[in-house]
Order: sequence, then C-alpha cells, then structure tokens
Amino acid sequence: MKDFLNSWGLSLAVFLPLIGALIMLLIPKAREGAHKVIALATSLVVGLLGVLLLTNFDYDKSGTLQFVVDKSWIPLINSRYIVGMDGISLPMIALTLLVVPLCIIYSWNHFPEPRNPKAFLILILILETGMIGSFIAQDLILFFVFFEVVLLPMYFLIGVWGGEKRQYASLKFFLYTLFGSALMIVSFLALYFLSDKVDVGGVMMHTFDMRQLPALATGISTGAALWIFGGMFMGFGIKVPMFPFHTWLPDAHTQAPTVGSVILAAVLLKLGTYGFIRIAIPILPHAAEKWAPFIGVLAVIGIIYGALCCLAQTDMKRLIAFSSVSHMGFVMLAIASLTSFGMSAAIFGMVAHGLITGMLFFVAGSTKERFHTLDIARLGGMLKQMPHMGWILGFSVMASLGLPGLAGFWGEFPAILSAYNPGGGLNVAFFRVLMVIAALGTVLAAAYLLWLYQRVGFGVPKAEFEDDPHIHDVSFTEWLAWTPMLVLILVLGVYPNLIFKVTDGAVGNIVSALSGHGG
Amino acid sequence: MIPNLLDKVWIVPALMASSFLIILFFGKRVGTRATAGIGIVAVSLALVFSVCVAGQWINRVNNPPTGAKLAADVVAANGLTPQTGPNIIGEIKATTTESGETITSGTEAMASSESGAMSEMSAAEMATMEPSASESGAVTTAEHAATTEGEHASGEHESVPPIVRTTTWFTVAGINFEVGTLLDGLAAMMLITVCIISLLVHIYSTEYLHGDIRFTHYYAFLSLFTASMLFYVLSSNTLQMLVGWELVGVCSFGLIGHWWEEKKNTDAALKAFLTNRVGDMGLIVGVTITFFAAGATSFNVLHINEYALAGHANTTLLLVGALCLFGGVTSKSGQFPLHTWLPDAMAGPTPVSALIHAATMVVAGVYLIARLYGVFFTGLGIGSSSLHYVAFIGGFTTIIGGLLAFVQTDLKKVLAYSTISQLGYMVMALGVGAWTAGVFHLFTHAFFKACLFLGAGSVSHACHHTFDMREMGGLRKKMPITHATFLVATLALAGIFPLAGFWSKDEILAGANAGQQNAYTLMLVFGLITAFLTAAYMGRAYWMTFWGEYRGHAHPHESPKVITVPLVILAVCAVLFGFTNFPTNFFGLHLPGGVTTRFEHYIEPTFAFPPLQHAEFTPWLAVVSTILAAGGLFLAYQYYEKNRGPHGLTQRSRVARAGYTFLENKYYLDVLYTDIIAADTKGPLARAAYWFNMNVLDGVVNGLGTGARRIAGFVYRDIDQLVLDGIVNGSGSVSEKSGQVLRHVQTGRVQQYAAILFAGAVVLAGVFVFVI
Repeated sequence: MKDFLNSWGLSLAVFLPLIGALIMLLIPKAREGAHKVIALATSLVVGLLGVLLLTNFDYDKSGTLQFVVDKSWIPLINSRYIVGMDGISLPMIALTLLVVPLCIIYSWNHFPEPRNPKAFLILILILETGMIGSFIAQDLILFFVFFEVVLLPMYFLIGVWGGEKRQYASLKFFLYTLFGSALMIVSFLALYFLSDKVDVGGVMMHTFDMRQLPALATGISTGAALWIFGGMFMGFGIKVPMFPFHTWLPDAHTQAPTVGSVILAAVLLKLGTYGFIRIAIPILPHAAEKWAPFIGVLAVIGIIYGALCCLAQTDMKRLIAFSSVSHMGFVMLAIASLTSFGMSAAIFGMVAHGLITGMLFFVAGSTKERFHTLDIARLGGMLKQMPHMGWILGFSVMASLGLPGLAGFWGEFPAILSAYNPGGGLNVAFFRVLMVIAALGTVLAAAYLLWLYQRVGFGVPKAEFEDDPHIHDVSFTEWLAWTPMLVLILVLGVYPNLIFKVTDGAVGNIVSALSGHGG
Repeated sequence: MIPNLLDKVWIVPALMASSFLIILFFGKRVGTRATAGIGIVAVSLALVFSVCVAGQWINRVNNPPTGAKLAADVVAANGLTPQTGPNIIGEIKATTTESGETITSGTEAMASSESGAMSEMSAAEMATMEPSASESGAVTTAEHAATTEGEHASGEHESVPPIVRTTTWFTVAGINFEVGTLLDGLAAMMLITVCIISLLVHIYSTEYLHGDIRFTHYYAFLSLFTASMLFYVLSSNTLQMLVGWELVGVCSFGLIGHWWEEKKNTDAALKAFLTNRVGDMGLIVGVTITFFAAGATSFNVLHINEYALAGHANTTLLLVGALCLFGGVTSKSGQFPLHTWLPDAMAGPTPVSALIHAATMVVAGVYLIARLYGVFFTGLGIGSSSLHYVAFIGGFTTIIGGLLAFVQTDLKKVLAYSTISQLGYMVMALGVGAWTAGVFHLFTHAFFKACLFLGAGSVSHACHHTFDMREMGGLRKKMPITHATFLVATLALAGIFPLAGFWSKDEILAGANAGQQNAYTLMLVFGLITAFLTAAYMGRAYWMTFWGEYRGHAHPHESPKVITVPLVILAVCAVLFGFTNFPTNFFGLHLPGGVTTRFEHYIEPTFAFPPLQHAEFTPWLAVVSTILAAGGLFLAYQYYEKNRGPHGLTQRSRVARAGYTFLENKYYLDVLYTDIIAADTKGPLARAAYWFNMNVLDGVVNGLGTGARRIAGFVYRDIDQLVLDGIVNGSGSVSEKSGQVLRHVQTGRVQQYAAILFAGAVVLAGVFVFVI
C-alpha cells in the first residue's frame, strides 16, 4: 500500500479528475444523472485517495517531502516531473479535496443558468487537477503549468454561468491573472538562467527543481534577486489578491456562480499565498527580507481598506468578496513577518479563510437562489423565515470576524502575534505599528460582518418576500454540502493543533535561510 | 471521602458545555420544562462541585503542601510541560528538604535583601530558560518558589501555589501552547459566585420567560454563557482567557439581541459587541506584549506574573502591556469612556442583565486585573509611581456612572449605571493596591446587584413589562417580598452597616486612604462622593418604585415563588457575605483569628503576587462613609417621598438645566461614538475608499485595457494594414470610447491577448536575463 502510494498516490490524485472528465466527455450531454454521478464519484475517489495519503503521511517528518516522484519530463530544459507533499502543501491539498466534492454535491440541484451539468462538472474536475497539481508540483515549470490550468476553467465558469456582467468580470479575471503569470514566468526563467547549474547525467544544466533552487540561487546578485522576487510578487500578489491588485476579485466573485465563488475563495486565492511560502521566500530569502516591509504595508492597507470597502457595499456577495481582501491581508502580514510562527499562522489562516468564506459564499448563493437578489436592503429576517440558514449565516459571520473557538481566530491572532517580533532582521518597531493597525482591522471586521447580519439575519422579512413560497429553509443537499465545513470550522477552532502540528515541522525550512531567523 | 477535585475543575465548565449541546440539539424536541430542567440540573451539579472545590481549597490553605508535593505543584504552576514533569520532580526531590526548611524557618532575615537578590537571580534564569525546561531551570523555579515562600512566611500567611493542570493545546514554532485550569482562591470564589447566580437565574427564568418564543434558544445561551465564564475564570493562560473573554462576549451579544425582531434590540447588541471589540483590540495587543515580554515561551498567567514581579522586568514593556490590557478592561467592565454599551445592553431579558451585565461577565475585566496583578502592579507602578491611570479611571467612572443614574427613569438603567459606578469602585481598588478590597467588592456586589436586577424584573413582571419608574409607585404593599428583598439589596449597595456592601466598600475606602504611599487622596475623595451618590440614587429608585401611589395602569401582584425565592436567597447573601472578611479590629472588637479576614486569607494569592500592605479597618472612614450614605438616603427620601427640596430647579436655573441636559445626553459620548465615529466610518470614509477602488484602482485597470486595445488597434490598422495592403482600414469597431470597452469585448479575443502577453513576457525575459 505504502509503496503504491509512494509511486502513484499523488499522480493519481492529480490526474484522476482529468480521467473522470474524459469519461464524461464521451457521454451525451442529455444524460445529466450520469454526469453528476461520475463527477461526484471521481471527486470522492480522489478524496478517498487523499485520506489514504493523509493517513500514510509521516507527521514526524512533515518538513520533508513525501510520496516524491521525480521523472524526466522535458529534458531539453531539464524541467522534470517532480511532485511531493509536505506539511505546507498537505493542509492545502486536504482543503481542495474536501471542497470539490462538496461543491459538486451543492450543485446537484442548483445548476445555474444555462445549466449544462456536463460542461459545468467537467470544468470543475479540470479545476481540481490544476489546484492539486499546483500544490504538489516541485518543479517551477510544472507548477506554472498547473497554475495556468486553473485559470481557464474558472474563466469559463464565470463567463458562461455567471451573473449579468459575467463577460467583463471573467475577462478581467483572466487578463489580470495572466498578466501576473507572465511576470511570474519571466522571474522563473531568470531564476533558471541565473542560478548555478547542476550535474545531470554528466552534463551541467540549469534546473527548475524547487528543492534544489534555494541552494543554487544563493549566487544571484542582490539586485537581480530583488527584480526576480518582484516578478513573483506580481504573479502571486495578484492571485492573493493584495492591495492594490485586488480589483479583479470583487467582480469575479460577484459574477461567478456560487460554486465558482466558493472554489475561488477557498482554494484559488491560496495559490498566491502558497506561492510566497513555497517558492518566493525559500528560494530568495534575502530578497524577501527587502520586500517584506513593503508587503507588510500592502497587507495592512488591504486589511483596513478591504474592511472599509465592505462597509460601503449594498450587495451581500460583493461584501463577502471584499472581506476576502481584508482577511488575506492578515495572511500576507503573517507571511511578511518572516517567522516560522507567521508561516504557520498564514497556512492556518489560508485554510480557515477557505472554509469560512467558502461557507459565506454558499449561504449567499442559496440566498440569491431563494430571493433572486442579494441587495442587503431588500433582505432581512432570515432568522425568522429560514431559522437554520440564519443560524448558519450567524455562525459563519462569527467565524469570519475571528471569534475564538472557531477557525478564523487562529489565522488572525497568530498573525498579529507574529508581527510583534518579525524575523529576518526586519525593523521591529515598524512591524509593531503594522500589528496595531492590523488589530484595528479586527474591529472593522466585526463592524461590517455584524452590520450585514443585523440587516440580513435579524429583523422581520420584508413585505415582498414575506409569503414567497420559494423561500424554504436549508435543503438536504445543502446540509450535505455544508455540514463538513461547519464541523471543521468548529473543530479547527477548538483544536487548532490539527493544522499547526502538520505545519510546524515544515515551516522551519522556509525561514531557516533568513538572517537571524526568528521564532 | 471526596477525591481531590482541585485538579479536575475542568469538569465544571464541561458540565455547562454539555448542557448547552444537549439543549441546542434536543431542546426543541423535549419541550420547555425539560429544557429548563437540563440547564438547572447542570448548574446545580456545577455548584455542588464548586462548593466542594472551594472546601478543598480552604483545606489546602489550612494545610499547605510541603516537600515534594509543593515542588511538584510549583513545577505545574509554572506551566512546565507534563512530559518533562516527572523527571524534573525526581530531580527536585533532592532539593525539597531545603525548600521545606526555608518555609518553616522563614525568618525575617530571609525576607530581606538576600532573598530579594536570590529571587531576582532565579527569575532571570527562568526568563532565559528554554521552552524545553532544562532540569536546572526547573530546580531554580523550585528554589525561587521556596524563596518566595520565605518572604511570605514572614508576612501574614504561608505560600500556597495554585493547582495548575494543563495539556498541550497546539504547537507552533516549537513552542507548546497549553490549555488547562488554574485553581486558587480567586478562581474558586468566582466559581461559586458564577454558579450560585447562574443557578438562581436559571430558576427565575422559568417563570420570567415563560411562554417566550425563544425559550430554548435562551436556555442554550444561558448554559453556553455559564460554560464560557467558568472557562474564563479557570484559564491557566492569557490566550485561553482571551478565548473565554470573547465567548462570553458573543453570548452577551446573543442574549441582548434575544428579541431580534426589533431593531432597537439588535442595535444594542451590535453596540455591545463592537464597543467590546474596540477594547479587545487592546486586549489582543496586551496579551501579545506580555507574552513577548515574559520571554515568548508561554502565555501562562503565573509565568507572566512572575516575570513582571522579578526585578529585571522591562517596565516600559509592562507599562504598555498593562495599558493595552486595560483597554480590554475598559470596554468589558464598563469603564469610562467605553462604558456606553452597558446601559443599552439592558435591552436583553432582565435575568440576563442580572447574570451577565451585572454579576458576572462585566466583572471579567476586573478579574483580568486581579489575575494579572503582577503585570499591572509593576507596569503601572502601583504604590510607587505617580501614574495612577487605573485608579483614576476607576474613580472617575464611579462618579460618571453615579451621576448618570440620577437622570434615568428606567429602573433597569438606574441599575445599569449603578453597575458601571460599582465596577469603577472595584477597578479603583485594584488601582490603589487594595487587591483584596476590590475582589471582595466584586464578590459582594454580585449578589446584591443580582438581587436588585431580579427584583426589578419581578416588579416589571407585575407591571405589564414596563421598567418606567414613573408608572410605578406604591408597590411595597402589593409586592411585599419583592419589596423587602429590594430594600435589603438597596441598603447593601448603599453601604449601610452591617450589610455586605458596607464591608467591601469600606475596605476600598480604607485601601485608598492607606494607599501604598498615601498618594491616592483623590481616589478617596472619589470613593466618598460615590458613597453619597450611590445611596441617593438608590434611594430615589427605591422610593419612586415602592412608595407613594401607584401611577401605572396594570394590576400589580406579588410574583410567584419561582421568582421570590431566588430574591430571598440573594438578599440573604447580601446580608451575610460581608462578614466573610470581618476586620481584625472592628471598633476595638477583636474576634478570634479564625473568624476575621477569612476572605483575604483564602482568596488573596500568595504565589507570584506582589507584596501588598493591607489597610486596617479605619473607624473614622467607616463613620464618615456611613453618614454620607445615610445622608444620601435621607435626602432622596425628603426629595422623592416627602417632595421637599428644590423641585423644578431645572426649569428655574440655566446652569441646572444645562447640567441636566448634559447628563441626559450621557455626556454626548453616544453622539461622538455613534453619530460621529461610527457613522463617518461606515458613511463617508467607507464610501471614499470604495470610490477610490472603483474610480482610481479600477480606472487604471480599465484604462490599461483600453490602452492596450488602442495600441493593438493602432498596430493592426496603421501598421499591419497600411504596410501590407496600403489601405487605411478605418474600421471603427476596434477602437471604442473609453470605459465601456472591456465589457463589450468578445470572449474569443482572449487568445489574442494571451498571445500578446506571452510575446511580451518572452521579450521581457530576454531583456531580464541579458541585462541583469
């Protein structure tokens, strides 16, 4: 079993969804039931595989890559098919494997116009391949390919199944991210050419191997390293998204179909922060030290600015979208602190945000489906009309504002904590100022979320919806899709060690190369 | 024989948590009676457990541990990991004889400079100690404790380390963060207080909320609140305290907004939560600062206190840390200027006001100061510096709250402002170094204030759910039991001998008078003024409610037993509990040592606690304060019952009118917060940010898109077509007016853009590689 997983586990997890998608391609569009079953079965099998991987993972060695496969891929440029999983990628993979089947379950009776479950589900499976691939790739080119694979299905999900302004939103999403990717690949190439060569079967060649690059890139001049980091910063920063490159996000989120929003919030944004933790900082630690204050400032601006924009929203979904800008600011602040504490906090924050904001988007989607509007002023009295839905929204809102005992807190508080004593020789006083401003963000978060809840959850239903027969409480498929997320939000909040235990051994590697690496 | 429960106190919050879960999942199914039953049974069990725990703690203080057991307790108390625990204890055994001797032979000499130097040194080693707790470090800890013992042995009573039991919560950056319980006298006192009042409120609510639409929801929250509060008071570390702190806050939010159909109630709930969030910001930063100040290895309360009290502590950091923590206290415990949420919180059901917004949750801030007293003591230089921040805010709050209580016509609001004022008393006591007095007042206040709130509820229950005192009057004959208990509690709050409030208030005044260096005269003045104000506004409320003629339109009647019995119990508590800290010398009356100052003896920590002087009972102060209180009651009687005095002053005097308006508008703080700060943040500021987002940031993006299209159009039209065909293609379809462009773009164009971008990227890459 272990041997099988070692050689095939990760590759199967990546490519099984594609196989599922291929099978679905051969089945006529009209057979919707078959498509649903195949898609769900595929994602569940992948999920099961994930469980096997998780149980066979050696948690005592979470700092080392496991289930590694290293095969020749493009010999000409010495780009190899290298995949592996360690304590940093594990939580992200687990999150992906969880969210995708839940999204498929949620879609079961909720296919947005123009329906077409076949195409919709195929795209989701392709997305899954791209997401898992990005989290396990250990070769820059391979990573880049998966990173881009994610783009197209999401583009179509928004552009075809989205809201009224779907074309504008999807194109903006696509071009913006592509722009970042272009700069990122430039940086990758520069890194490739400027780092030292390795011996490949007797021939000295450059390499894209992420495992070796930290050691090989030490010779790059400071100036070049700063530029290369800058390129990656653009690529990853747009994906996160960091202020001021976030404007694609509210449009994409607002226009995307519910499931698209959930996947976007839960996993896609994390590709950016993951890129910082996995690639940019370990490979170019000294450039990271120079960039960190700048990233920290943008992160904190994002926290406050995102929160303020939330307060100005009249649309529930757009508000949740802006809250992502604010929350991801905490994650970026933790990363910018360049401490292993901060990295752990960031990974926790990524998972927590994925679950919580994913949940909020689910609720928003279901609200839209019932009320045909997300205009906050027209909603109200959800607790009265749909008590369970109201409670779920309240729970998610509380989690999102960082209530201790729920998952959101463990992304937020440790992020603030890590900024108190940044590593990498960063200016301590400066980061403490950032810390205090970030703490102010927690007040604003409570303000916009509770204000939302007051207007949507509390009160009495508006006259226009009072006797609407379409408005019913949480349906069976919704319960099925939501329960795991709600439970996880609570469980992670009560016992955060489930993630910290995994990340703790792994994040040390990231900061070990920093000057005077901190705790 | 009851087994040792001191290290099993986690059961108490666990009981309430399970009650919460049962009610949450099965409450609707089993009906209201069973729901209330589940809650009542759970609190009763918790109370019984707490009483046993308190008994065992008293027993522990009477027979303090020695030798190996002491050393083991010290190791546990300092938050060393259980894994390393056993072998450390083994190591310590060698030194225990020594420790034992130190305790028994703790002479004056030991307590002097030599031991001071020793404790300083060992604490220094402790701070530099690795998280893995090297053996030498642990031994040092034991020695340090032994030294502290010596100091205390020379003082009033022997050192008894708290019982700390922890387990790993999570591990980050190689540091084990723990979760666990810390049980000492203070925690045990809180357990009893919370459980008694929670139990009575559970019982009382069965009638008060009878037939309420959200009965189950109410009881679920009540259980969750009690669980969170117990979790908070038992916390062994500050991170855990932060968790409990926020959880009680969310329960408060849920219960203030219990009737959430009305916007008024949800506004109050939001206000409470958000005001508290402002303070919590300080708490979060304060917890962070104290964590790093104490060596960045542990949030353990005792560890932080020990660090703060060690001679080498960074006082600047502690000052900032203490001020930040006090931010949390300011909001949670209703201190000026963040007290404004508390009166609004009365929108919740009355039993909730009694339990949460008077007796327990709002004292969480006071408890925080008491718990982290080392940090506050050193950081603010209590007794040694001229920085009286905590004492001053506390003292100022007592007056602020007391004055506002006069202009309220809503009985509950009078009590709410009274709570603010009394919380100020407690904070002031802690601020002047009168630790026991502050905590003692917390204890006595809980009972008589709960009694008052529940009494007000009983009155309202009888008067068509109104709290407007203008529609009451003459209720003493119609509601004799409610009246009697209310009167007892009023007198207790006013500080009339021999009721509970007299003893605790008097200790605070004595503490302020003695001060640590007689530097707290201002606080003494505040305290005396408040003694007068308290009696006067309570007299006003009492006479307006129970005397004169009935002015309402209902048919008041005495409440059923479910309501009156809790009132009677609380009134009895209000009479008796003051005697728990009977002074050693009361007007020349010397009772035996086993009877006097018991509260101080069992509750005041002796471990990781600053050396405090204890103010003696001060006869002249007791007399003066009693005269002031009696005078306040008398004036209120004359004014409100006999209708004497300058009535209509506000009509005649412009100054009086201005003052009244100023008070009526609550010092305009609500205007500042709600209409200026909050409204401007969610209005102009938020809109400006969003405008910037849509017009500047997005403008740039759209502009770039348009620009790219223009260039593409130019390349295609003017270069490509011109060069190849020599024909000017004026096709306008490509270049459109700005702004609208991207929306009309056909999806098929994506490939073109992708191609352009990639081409650009490759060129850039080339430049990059060859230039750099």
